[in-house]
Amino acid sequence: MLLYVVSTVFVCYLSFNLRRNQLTPIVWNTLFWIILLFTAVNAIAKSFSQERHGRLLYYYNLCSPQAIIISKIIYNSLVMAVLSVLGFVFYAFVMGNPIQDNGLFSICILLASTGFASVLTLIAGIASKADNSATLMAVLSFPIILPMLLMTIRLAKNALDGLDWSVSTDEITTLLSIDLIVITLSYLLFPYLWRS
Amino acid sequence: MRKIWWKILCVVIIFYVIIMGFIGPVPRLAIINESIRNTYFHVALWLAMTTLLLLSMVFSIRYLMKGNIKDDDIASEVAKAAIFFGILGCLTGSVWANYTWGDPWPNDPKLNGAAVGILIYLAYLLLRSSFEDEQRRARISSVYNIFAFAVFIPIIYILPRLTDSLHPGSGGNSTFGSYDFDNNIRKVFYPAVIGYILLGLWIAELRIRIKQINRVREEALIESGKL
Repeated sequence: MLLYVVSTVFVCYLSFNLRRNQLTPIVWNTLFWIILLFTAVNAIAKSFSQERHGRLLYYYNLCSPQAIIISKIIYNSLVMAVLSVLGFVFYAFVMGNPIQDNGLFSICILLASTGFASVLTLIAGIASKADNSATLMAVLSFPIILPMLLMTIRLAKNALDGLDWSVSTDEITTLLSIDLIVITLSYLLFPYLWRS
Repeated sequence: MRKIWWKILCVVIIFYVIIMGFIGPVPRLAIINESIRNTYFHVALWLAMTTLLLLSMVFSIRYLMKGNIKDDDIASEVAKAAIFFGILGCLTGSVWANYTWGDPWPNDPKLNGAAVGILIYLAYLLLRSSFEDEQRRARISSVYNIFAFAVFIPIIYILPRLTDSLHPGSGGNSTFGSYDFDNNIRKVFYPAVIGYILLGLWIAELRIRIKQINRVREEALIESGKL
């Protein structure tokens, strides 16, 4: 997955190579989050479909569905956090770093990676039950993740411009509440998915 | 199911709304002018859609709790009627936007949110169509339906209020209830919402009955095949 991020970033770098001066902060920001979004979808889509049937049965006997979904969410969030931090470092290395408020931007990365991970984990669970899970994963997850992505891009924009933290409290609370809603719902709904 | 009074009520209300909506008295406002009449159609359609989606979610929850396949039929058909209303709401809104904001699809957070919301529910239909087994389809799409509704409400009603929007009720514009919603509009608007909800239920009910008849026939076919 890390190789995936790095190569995508490098492709973007090469594509923008000719016109470096056209890379405004807005383009920089949007490009970064879209790369992260695709990384997240690819990384998390595997979390259910990759496991063998026997192992799923083993889990099923071993522990409650709530434990499984929570642990999957935690694991995926950690993976996403690591991936996005490393991706960001490499991205900033090749594309330049126009960020003025690094603290806010790292909060933004953390919130976004937990959010992406929790939404996509449940969607991956749903999609893995169907036959053509890869297509279904993209179709189901993009519209649902879009509001989160928009809020994140706005928050990251504030961080780029180095605005005062009080300006972005709205975005932070909204992101946090979306994260909370999604995690609670996954916790409540996953047992029904797990049974089949 | 045999009761017919609410269907008559639905037809009467819809005719009342259409007639009063076009010739009834409306307040005069700058810019909006006569297009305020679209409130009866556009705004009421969205409210009806949200109510139907809420109903659909309630039946999905009921299905997950009780496991009765009929609840899932109701949830899916009500959701379909709601999507139909959503598309109509977009179209009427587009007409309205064309005359008041000068653009059929201005770049407005609420419009984009609505488009995303409809995409979410179209994905729900796609998800439904990708399962063969009935119980399994019902369970998994119920889970998605509940999840989708929880995401849909913030997209439509919360996020646009945080940003500047052309719609009333966001970005410093006041909401409808505050100053320009006088009694003449109320007299048509509330019946309109009820009428559309009833119409949606009617559409859904017909489709649910077709579904159930098909299921009964299928079962009869299987039975006769065994014999």
